[in-house]
Amino acid sequence: MKDAAIPGPTAIESFEQEAHEGWLAWVSSVDHKQLGIMYLLGAFVFFLVGGVLALLMRIQLAVPNNHFLTPQMYNQIFTMHGTTMIFLVVVPLLVGMATYMVPLMIGARDMAFPRLNALSFWVQIFGGIMLYFSFATSGINGGAPAVGWFAYAPLTETAYSYGPGVNYWILGLLGIGVGTLTAGINLMTTILTMRAPGMHIRRLPLFVWMTLVTGFLIVTVMPILNAGLVMLLADRLLNAHFFRADTGGSAVLWQHVFWAFGHPEVYIMVLPAFGIISEVIPVFSGKPIYGYEVVAASTLAIAFLSMLVWAHHMFAVGLGHTFDIFFALCSMAIAVPTGIKIFNWTATMYQGRVRFTTAMLYAVSFLLMFTIGGLSGIAFAVAPIDWQLTDSYFVVAHFHYVLFGGTALALFAGVYYWFPKMSGRMLDERWGKVQFWLTFIGFNLTFMIQHVLGMFGMPRRVFTYPPLPGWEAMNMISTIGAFVLALAVLVLMINIVISLRSGEIAGDNPWSAWTLEWATTSPPPPENFTRVPPVNGRRPLWDLAHPDRTDEMLARAAG
Amino acid sequence: MPDKNKLGVGLFLFSEAWFFVTLLIAYAYFHSLPANGPSAGNSLNVLHTLIFSICLFASSATIHMAARSFERGERTGVTGWLSVTVALGAIFLFGQAREYIGLFAHGVTISTNLFGSTFFTLTGFHGLHVFGGLIALSTLLGVTMDGQLGEVKPSGFESIAIYWHFVDAVWVVIFAVVYLWPLVA
Repeated sequence: MKDAAIPGPTAIESFEQEAHEGWLAWVSSVDHKQLGIMYLLGAFVFFLVGGVLALLMRIQLAVPNNHFLTPQMYNQIFTMHGTTMIFLVVVPLLVGMATYMVPLMIGARDMAFPRLNALSFWVQIFGGIMLYFSFATSGINGGAPAVGWFAYAPLTETAYSYGPGVNYWILGLLGIGVGTLTAGINLMTTILTMRAPGMHIRRLPLFVWMTLVTGFLIVTVMPILNAGLVMLLADRLLNAHFFRADTGGSAVLWQHVFWAFGHPEVYIMVLPAFGIISEVIPVFSGKPIYGYEVVAASTLAIAFLSMLVWAHHMFAVGLGHTFDIFFALCSMAIAVPTGIKIFNWTATMYQGRVRFTTAMLYAVSFLLMFTIGGLSGIAFAVAPIDWQLTDSYFVVAHFHYVLFGGTALALFAGVYYWFPKMSGRMLDERWGKVQFWLTFIGFNLTFMIQHVLGMFGMPRRVFTYPPLPGWEAMNMISTIGAFVLALAVLVLMINIVISLRSGEIAGDNPWSAWTLEWATTSPPPPENFTRVPPVNGRRPLWDLAHPDRTDEMLARAAG
Repeated sequence: MPDKNKLGVGLFLFSEAWFFVTLLIAYAYFHSLPANGPSAGNSLNVLHTLIFSICLFASSATIHMAARSFERGERTGVTGWLSVTVALGAIFLFGQAREYIGLFAHGVTISTNLFGSTFFTLTGFHGLHVFGGLIALSTLLGVTMDGQLGEVKPSGFESIAIYWHFVDAVWVVIFAVVYLWPLVA
């Protein structure tokens, strides 16, 4: 066996970290590990803000005919909650995790373009600050945007949203969009050009595979949103006519542009989560992933199909039967490659030596919750069901099962799995399990009942409701659940603070995992690896630990 | 493994292509609807724009010549062809500015009607890309005039050339859709 040289940026491209100390070292950093942590911390701050907005909504809705919030405030709050959670929390958390982990997992020194990496992060953060600055605009038409996260025209036009809120929304999203786009280019280039010797594309850890496909989706659809945003900005600031029906424009065009971006965006938010699950479940089942090729290939199928399903958000527009049927069929078809993955993960656990660590608990609960979200999604693919339930709380329940029950639970699994690598200390398992059960119970309490609430006819985005039979109790249950969830977040923060101070020292490879990030110290040195272990298969550290039973030998023995 | 600079620029241009496709779809959609007032058919001078377009198309050939000289290490060839490329790009922008001023004089602006909105947004963003390319080309020209060719990375040179070809190719599509479509219809 011979050790491999480390591909990495040349001396000119790597920066001199010694020149700065303290805060300045972080602000001026182009190191993927520091930027990854900054991504995660920045997104966590926005997560807390978005969470507080959610609690304000749930307080308002706890009882009928409530006047805790004014209708105007409520509209601003649900707009900012959705925009924040999607653009400033979920995407940056996933991009941040990939920024930290991808170079380590492929045995590289850093990202392909370290300075671009810093640009992506800062542009994204300033986009977020720009968005929140809208709260500071005053006057009768001031305040944050109040148009919902998908900002339908003509509500976003100056005739209906006269204040500057929507302008801040557009400019903030353009900043965030550019940041995400450049991060996608950087991650893809890193994966395609910076791999250690032996790390063929068919040996990539699945998290890296998913990041590669996510990068492709980002590069494809982010510019579509950006184009839509500049058209809307032209409408608002230059008096153009794109989406203004009164002067011949088309409000439906905005819906097409937004959802042509918006639905692939859903997969941008969920594919890296699949990647995390595909790392966590094999390690804690003591078995390699079942059907590696199928997991990778079905991801490509999802990416392709995700671009052909956008108009299932638009069944209520009345686009015609042919149109509806095409998008309904594609939407049902995309459930197939997604469902296959569920079987891959389940089969990986089957007959494995399963260790129910906190990370694994989150991963298993991801399987259950994401499946529920997937099933309600298939229900929506049937156009008549969509007509019945569109814009009701059933929709709210559905996408929270996908984005919280899916992505957020996977992210928690990733945090518990990789925290030791990032910090050098273990996250406490007892606090972890408390957090897990609070999250699991709080989440289901909040959102399960909303399926029923939607079927009972409660529309989303209303600031209050009359005391109709059942609505009162169901809304109260949902609000109680939201506070249990908030408590769980508090427990996570306590756990992180305690564990950073006095957590168990992790060592290089606390979980006996197999991918390259566990071959270096925790936390890794600035150069990541002194030597990258040889890569002769998908589990280099397994091969290293079992020279008599390497994956290659096992495969040959199995025929 | 592929060169990271060229791949990075390639991915960037792939995303740019989607940006322009979206603006083009908006243009084509509204153009296909019946409308009053200024339109591509009654407001644009195809012949004038064709002359300036030929300058931009020709600059794709001259940047190619510059790249070939660069490969052979001929400094005068590189600076010469780059200068011609920058000049051709600048002439195209001059032509676009002239066209805009003419349209403004006839009261056609971005807020006039949907033709104005879509036309100025689409061609304006293309013009911005030409302008950005001119900055990159001028920087390259300055560096090669000043020092040795060895100071420029081959993949850096090629990346800028790829970008310039892309800007050119986008104009081929825009020219066909915006200027030639009314002639066919």
